[in-house]
Formats: sequence, structure tokens, C-alpha cells
Amino acid sequence: MSNLVRNIIRFAFFILFQVFVLGKIPPLHQFIVPYLYFLFILWLPFKITRGALTLLGFLFGMALDMFTKTPGLHAAACTLIAYIRPFLISLLMPKEATEIGYSEPSITSMGFVPYAVYVLVLTFLHHSYLVFMEWLHFGNFLYFIGKVFATTAISLLLILITEMLFVRKAKYRTNVA
Amino acid sequence: MRNVFLFIARFSNLLFFLFLQVLALSMLFRYNKFHQAAYMNVANEVTGRFYVRYNKIETYFSLQKENERLRMQNADLLNKLKADFAAPDSSMQLVTDTFRVDSLEQYRKFLYLPAKIIGNAVDGQNNFITLHRGSKQGVDVNMAVIGPEGVIGKIVNVSSNMSVAMSLLHRKNSVVALLKKGGGFGEVTWDGKDPRFVTLSNIPRTIKVAKGDTVVTSSYSDIFPPGKVVGYVAEVREDKSSSTYSLKLKTATDFYSVQHAYIVKNIQKAEMDSLMQKVKKD
Repeated sequence: MSNLVRNIIRFAFFILFQVFVLGKIPPLHQFIVPYLYFLFILWLPFKITRGALTLLGFLFGMALDMFTKTPGLHAAACTLIAYIRPFLISLLMPKEATEIGYSEPSITSMGFVPYAVYVLVLTFLHHSYLVFMEWLHFGNFLYFIGKVFATTAISLLLILITEMLFVRKAKYRTNVA
Repeated sequence: MRNVFLFIARFSNLLFFLFLQVLALSMLFRYNKFHQAAYMNVANEVTGRFYVRYNKIETYFSLQKENERLRMQNADLLNKLKADFAAPDSSMQLVTDTFRVDSLEQYRKFLYLPAKIIGNAVDGQNNFITLHRGSKQGVDVNMAVIGPEGVIGKIVNVSSNMSVAMSLLHRKNSVVALLKKGGGFGEVTWDGKDPRFVTLSNIPRTIKVAKGDTVVTSSYSDIFPPGKVVGYVAEVREDKSSSTYSLKLKTATDFYSVQHAYIVKNIQKAEMDSLMQKVKKD
């Protein structure tokens, strides 16, 4: 399966999974909203131009916004993490690895600790920005802090489960392929 | 000039990012004016189709609960039939003096249109409900949405076959309501925290309120029909800054599992509006 087709399928899958599976879970607590959809952006290939990545983040967030009827909310958060992503990858990985190495970020391609940091930082950024915009409407600081941390914890758990369920064969990029 | 182009070329990614951020944020914060625009209409029709499919499956899981609800509502309506009232003696006569039965139509104020709920959310700060009935089927903005158990919300956006309602669980929502046993007008709002509870504020302390009291819509509203249950008092809190109570209400509608609703059209609204317009002009 080519990279393009795989990512198109992922795009649809993550949106539908977020809306129709995670969105249907009855709330356990006011702080906890299970988010997983942004993993799509984390899993995009290394070799994608910065502009395209930012645009894709925007479109992806907008697709979810169409379902949740909040135009701009998820789009803004997704654009942010899509823009930050290249900086973070170049910080966490030696330059050569991104040039010759694997096609997309995963535990095998980046190593466990750099990948964990990568996921943690982007998840935290996404949730902080998202909750921050909700907080602008409401304004309760404890609520803000509590929700950011609880939602981040839940998302990390979901990402861990997803990584274990779907073991991605880390393809080594060659010139032939 | 050359430097300007160099600057743009150098920071093109940042500028593009900022542009998209501004676009997204302006959409978010200008939502009230923007939601009428073509974007949401298209979004409604597209996402609505997904919701319809999903809903076909989802409905089966709550059939029993839904049947129970509709049966209760039916029983409630049957109990109001005139034929069910019999006087023990022929000298007594049952008189209906509030409306004329034979020429009901000319006095009708509220018309109920059944609608299926196909999309629903409770986890956001602003929650919307998607209904499978749109402008082609006579739905318009600012109509009330009532469920079998009580108030659900009001319509904020309509496309040709779908409509979107802001539920009670929306931070801009405000419904005028009062205690069923009498007195105490207030406004029902949501604090965005627990989807099972809403708040009724501005109830004067002179009124005796107990846990479990019913709160219903008032007849002052030109959107909601009077006497529809909003919720039941779960907690009485004293507002320290003013001499009023603020009541925590358990919503009558179970927003997690509601499937069917009625969109309520106020037929006399146009007349009322034009009258109010005249008063304001004078």
C-alpha cells in the first residue's frame, strides 16, 4: 500500500473513530474527554513539506469540526501541532536519520524515549491549546489545569493501546522503492 | 521591495501557519454570525449523512428505553382525553372553557413536528443536536425542540433536510423557566461542567423550594410551549451576592440516550413579532 493511500484511509478512520466511538462514550468525569484523532498528524511521514503539513493539519481539524459543529476549534489546535512537529523531530532526532531512515515516526524508527517525548509534548500542546480556547469562554483556572492534565493522561493511555494493537511495520526507506 | 519578498520567502511557513490560525480562530469566535453561512450548511448535509447511517444501528440498542419513554408519554396524553372524565350524575356537566374543541385550528398556537435525533454530543462546552428534518419539512431557526421527557433545546441552523439544535447543554443557551408549584421566574443556564445538571438562577428567597420540585417552561416564551418539564431540583444553593437562590437541576431529558424529539413551531410568532416591532418603533 502506498503512503498516500494509507494516509487517506487513516484520515477517514481517525475522524470516524473519534466521532462515532470515542465521542459516544458516556463521560466518566467532567475533566475527561478521550481524544485520539490527532495521532493521525503524529503518524504522518517524515518526508512531507512544512507547508503541506500545516495545511493538512488544518484540513484534518476542520473535518472533525464539521462533525462537532465547532468550526475552527480543533482546526486551530491541529494546525499548531502540525506546525510544531518538524521542529520537535529535528530536535529529537539526529539529522541523518530523517534523511535516510524510516518513513514515519514510530518507536522503532525514533527509539522509545525520543518517540515518547515526541508524543507527550505534542499531546500536551494540543490539549492545552484546545482547553485554553474553551477556557476563554468559561474561565475557571482549576478547571483548565485539571482538564488539560486529565485529558492528556487519557490520550496517552489511548495512544499506548493503539501502538500496541497496531504494530506498524517500520519500513526502511530505500532508493528503489 | 526585494527585502520584503525575501522576508516573505524566508518566513513563508510561519506566515502560512499564522494565516491558518487566524482563519480558524476567527471562525471560532465569530461563530454566531458565521453559522448561517454556506460552510455549515454543507457540513450539515455531509456529516448528517454519516450520522443517519450510524443512527440506524445505534437506535437498536436503546429501543427498550425509548419504548418505555413513549409509552409514558402516551399514557400522559391519554389521561387528558375528555372521554376519560365521567361525572357520576347527569346533572353535572363537564365544561371545557379554555378552548373550543370543534374549531381548534384557529386558536392553535403550537404545532408539533416529529423528528429523529441523528447526532448528539454531551462532552463539549457547546453541545449541539442534529435532527433529521430540515427547511423542506417546515423547520426554521428559533423553534423549540422537546423530547418525550422534557425540554431539549432550540434550533439554531437549518439546511434543506437536516437541522441543528443547541441543546440545554450549551453555554449560550438560556431558557426562561419557573417552579411548577408556583412563583419564581428564572433563567436556566449551563456551566459547562456536568452534562446531567443545569442551573436555574434568580429565584427569590421568599419562595420555599424543596429537593425534587419540578421546573417547567413559562408562558412568557414565544419559542417554548408552556408547562414543559426542564428538570427537577437536585440542590438548593444560596447566592451570597444577591438575595436569591440558584438551583441545581437534574435535566428531565437524558441527553446521553435521547432518540426522538418534537420540533415545536409557534404559529402565532409572526404576529407577535410584528406587534413587538410596532411597539419598539413608537
